[in-house]
Amino acid sequence: MIEQLFSDYTVRTIALGSGILGIVSGALGSFAVLRQQSLLGDAISHAALPGIVIAYLLTGSKAPLVLMLGAAVAGGAASAAVIAIARSTRVKFDTALGIALSVFFGFGLVLLTALQKRPDATQAGLSNFLFGQASALVEKDVLTMGVLGMAALLIVLLAWKEFKISTFDPEFGRAMGFPVGGIEFVLTSLFVVAIVIGLQTVGVVLMSAMLIGPAAAARQWTNRLAGMVSLAAIFGAVSGVAGAVWSATGQSLPTGPLIVLSMGVLTVVSFLLAPARGLVWRSLRDWRNGRQLRLEAVLIDLYTLASQHERVDHPHAQAVLDLMANPIRGTSRSLTALAERGLARQIGPNLWALTAAGVARAQTLVQERFGGIGNHGA
Amino acid sequence: MAPEQIEIQLIACIVSAACAVPGVFLILRRMAMMSDAVSHAILPGIVVAFFLTKTLHSPWLLIGAAAAGLVTVVLVELLFSTRLVKEDAAIGLVFPVLFSIGVVLIARFAGDIHLDTDAVLSGELAFAPFDRMLLFGVDIGPKSLVMMSAILLVNIAFIALFYKELKISTFDVGLAATLGFFPAVLHYGLMSLISITAVGAFDAVGSILVVALMIAPPAAAYLITDRLSWMLLLSVLIGVVSAVCGYWVAHWMDASISGCIASTAGVVFFATVLFAKHNGLISVWTRNRRLRWSYAEKMLAIHLRQHEGQPEEGRENREQHLTEHLGWSSDFASRVVRHARDDGFVTAVDGRLFLSEAGRALASEAITDE
Amino acid sequence: MQSRDLAIDVRDLTVAYREKPVLWDIDLSVESGKLMAIVGPNGAGKTTLIKAILGLVKRAAGEVLIYGKPYVRQRNRVAYVPQRGSVDWDFPTNVLDVATMGSYGRLGWIRRPGSAERAIAMDALRKVGMDEYADRQISQLSGGQQQRVFLARALVQDAQVYFMDEPFQGVDAVTERAIIALLRQLKDAGRTVIVVHHDLQTVPEYFDSVLLLNIRRIAVGPVSEVFTEDNLRLTYGGRVGFVQSAVRSAADAK
Repeated sequence: MIEQLFSDYTVRTIALGSGILGIVSGALGSFAVLRQQSLLGDAISHAALPGIVIAYLLTGSKAPLVLMLGAAVAGGAASAAVIAIARSTRVKFDTALGIALSVFFGFGLVLLTALQKRPDATQAGLSNFLFGQASALVEKDVLTMGVLGMAALLIVLLAWKEFKISTFDPEFGRAMGFPVGGIEFVLTSLFVVAIVIGLQTVGVVLMSAMLIGPAAAARQWTNRLAGMVSLAAIFGAVSGVAGAVWSATGQSLPTGPLIVLSMGVLTVVSFLLAPARGLVWRSLRDWRNGRQLRLEAVLIDLYTLASQHERVDHPHAQAVLDLMANPIRGTSRSLTALAERGLARQIGPNLWALTAAGVARAQTLVQERFGGIGNHGA
Repeated sequence: MAPEQIEIQLIACIVSAACAVPGVFLILRRMAMMSDAVSHAILPGIVVAFFLTKTLHSPWLLIGAAAAGLVTVVLVELLFSTRLVKEDAAIGLVFPVLFSIGVVLIARFAGDIHLDTDAVLSGELAFAPFDRMLLFGVDIGPKSLVMMSAILLVNIAFIALFYKELKISTFDVGLAATLGFFPAVLHYGLMSLISITAVGAFDAVGSILVVALMIAPPAAAYLITDRLSWMLLLSVLIGVVSAVCGYWVAHWMDASISGCIASTAGVVFFATVLFAKHNGLISVWTRNRRLRWSYAEKMLAIHLRQHEGQPEEGRENREQHLTEHLGWSSDFASRVVRHARDDGFVTAVDGRLFLSEAGRALASEAITDE
Repeated sequence: MQSRDLAIDVRDLTVAYREKPVLWDIDLSVESGKLMAIVGPNGAGKTTLIKAILGLVKRAAGEVLIYGKPYVRQRNRVAYVPQRGSVDWDFPTNVLDVATMGSYGRLGWIRRPGSAERAIAMDALRKVGMDEYADRQISQLSGGQQQRVFLARALVQDAQVYFMDEPFQGVDAVTERAIIALLRQLKDAGRTVIVVHHDLQTVPEYFDSVLLLNIRRIAVGPVSEVFTEDNLRLTYGGRVGFVQSAVRSAADAK
């Protein structure tokens, strides 16, 4: 398969294009996700349709750069409309997104269908551009994607500090004298570039996932912005190439959906297994913490009971502890676990008392947890 | 008008109404984009149901699609509840993956059937009248018309029945829960309506028009009225008007009906953004302007009042001095004075400014307000 | 202890969010007719305590009884005034309609509020001085007015037990006086009122009993006995200056 990837010209072109798309959308998508503008990409990609048709109508050319320019102008107009409406009226951001997405796309559809009725029928191929036809990628397209993508990444590198501050804390950035509005404009324009690059490969519907998926997956592995952006770029590239290769394996499956599915697998794996944030580790930790919490509760209850007597090792009936700590499940298991750790011991049938170590542990626990508030249940 | 034309418009109107009704609650709950997610994610549901039934004309297709819509909702909420991602990212992840599964399934196993992914997006209302519904061999109308009418009735019935409950659980979830109205149950009830409506409508008009009709008319109504009941009625009205106008625009341009209806709905929304009586931009701008002038007039009155009868009055209470004392540009100062004179708060004699009775009242009113 | 007379009886209530206990082993008994403040630093679990009692957050352990029965069976005897920020004030509805929502619990499913409910709501609005605003869209209200509408809604609920979450937060003087008058009226009518409160200075003036909370229950009882410098220091930890000034003004108030 790898051999095929390097020998077959078409596959190589498609894989290269998908990889570039993955890198650019992964890196820029990180900012979109962190700014909680994940779905802005969906609106921009749908809004590209009228731009593409108008660009073709104006120039009569189907060169990728021309169509991309049209798509970019329309996508930029849509995102500006969304942001303006959400800021200046009571209509909320999600509603504004939905309207921009469907209305721009609807208008594009009007133009496209009106165009299709024209006798010359030269518009064929426009809709391929929109619905993702990776198999039609040629070297020229990939070159365009590469140049635009690298330019976008270069801007990210140059304006790194500015993007970071206006994403994390725009108020603070403004206070320090950064033109946050302008920076946001540049960033949104870069989203538009990333989307426009990808439209031809994965299509309108799936493009937003290319922005969100790699970024959301990368976020789970790292807590640093630089790490997240680079990892997202890698995840994006891997998904892109994997989708292209998978598609080339012969069952004539469309590339775009396979890229998204590869990305989906990467994302799910990250959600489950990423160290620290991964769900598997987390539920394991929750289970252990739950046990620990119950254990501590019994220990403190035992200590509370004991401190009402002169001798701290005064024994108490398990029934009382059950009532105090866990009337439903009982405390047998917690008590046994405490005994194993040498913190409590069984005096008689259902009678338990703290050991000296247990008293010490309970005291430090109370100290730690409640900052010296000792009179439990006062 | 040919009978097909009437039928197409009827279908468009009913679809609009059926989408607008649950759409109102969707936008109030800030879940507008859920309509986008659901209307795309029904594709794998249709495909799976097709594999099971081997036909494109089975009610199971609808049920499968509606189930896929609900699965989308559940998956989004599940993902969001892990707190690994924000809600918008959860939506943006789930539906493209489900849509991809649908596309791949079609390409892999059903390349020969007519399930075009472009058509999923755009729909073709013009063909809707040719797909007839037969009941005991009698033609009772186009299939989409019958189906969407039924869905519209279900939507209206649900919202009429649970109006109070939906209202309170949308406005104040906490209170709804403490009163025992199970907001989660209502939420899934509403999401089921969204799914069923999206499924029923997408076949005729495409998923993008579903999104447009679920969001744009309610959003326009939201800008026009402050009453929930009116918002529901107006949404339906705006949806229906968009449908009819959109149809005729499409007829005239010989273009996609769905696209024209979505565009018309967008135009109506944009018009309300500008012209809505209280919440529209023009109204907000003029209000802000008026506020600015009246604020400036108050400042002027307070200033004049402060120095009135004081030894420095002759120096302070002059138009030229305002630039210094109130930090106004001389142009702005002269315009404020002109406004204040027009409104009868101030009179000017030899460049000196005097408060009228009304001006004095304005000043003391402004001071006690502080 | 006779649970019949207890308006609220909380036993061993524990709420944990992941590894952190937010509330630990809270016991709380409130007799009928008490006007009680819940006081504690930020993050002490004041709002969580109310929400746990009302079943809005999951309890890790413990039991809650309202007049001797679980909350789910006593819903109609309990009213809740959430923090103002918890709802969308752009919602398309007016003042009277929000107040009428207080009757929804009594109406149950499907039945609609009628003119009788609206009359009750109007009456409640009058009590908080908001009857003139009945037709006003809720986004056009000031913070204090919004709070009074919420109080009117709680009055419409006509409950035995009232939970209020920071009703004095960011309100004007008029509203503050209206709220105090209302709290007194409720108390005089034998209702039990629990208020999350953050202004220590006014505790002795407004309330007759107080719960000092910081994840654990520090102290609970009549303000005169429990609201002491020692207890406040336990509640607020190291911020001694803050505590001292509060206690001094409390002493002045006595």
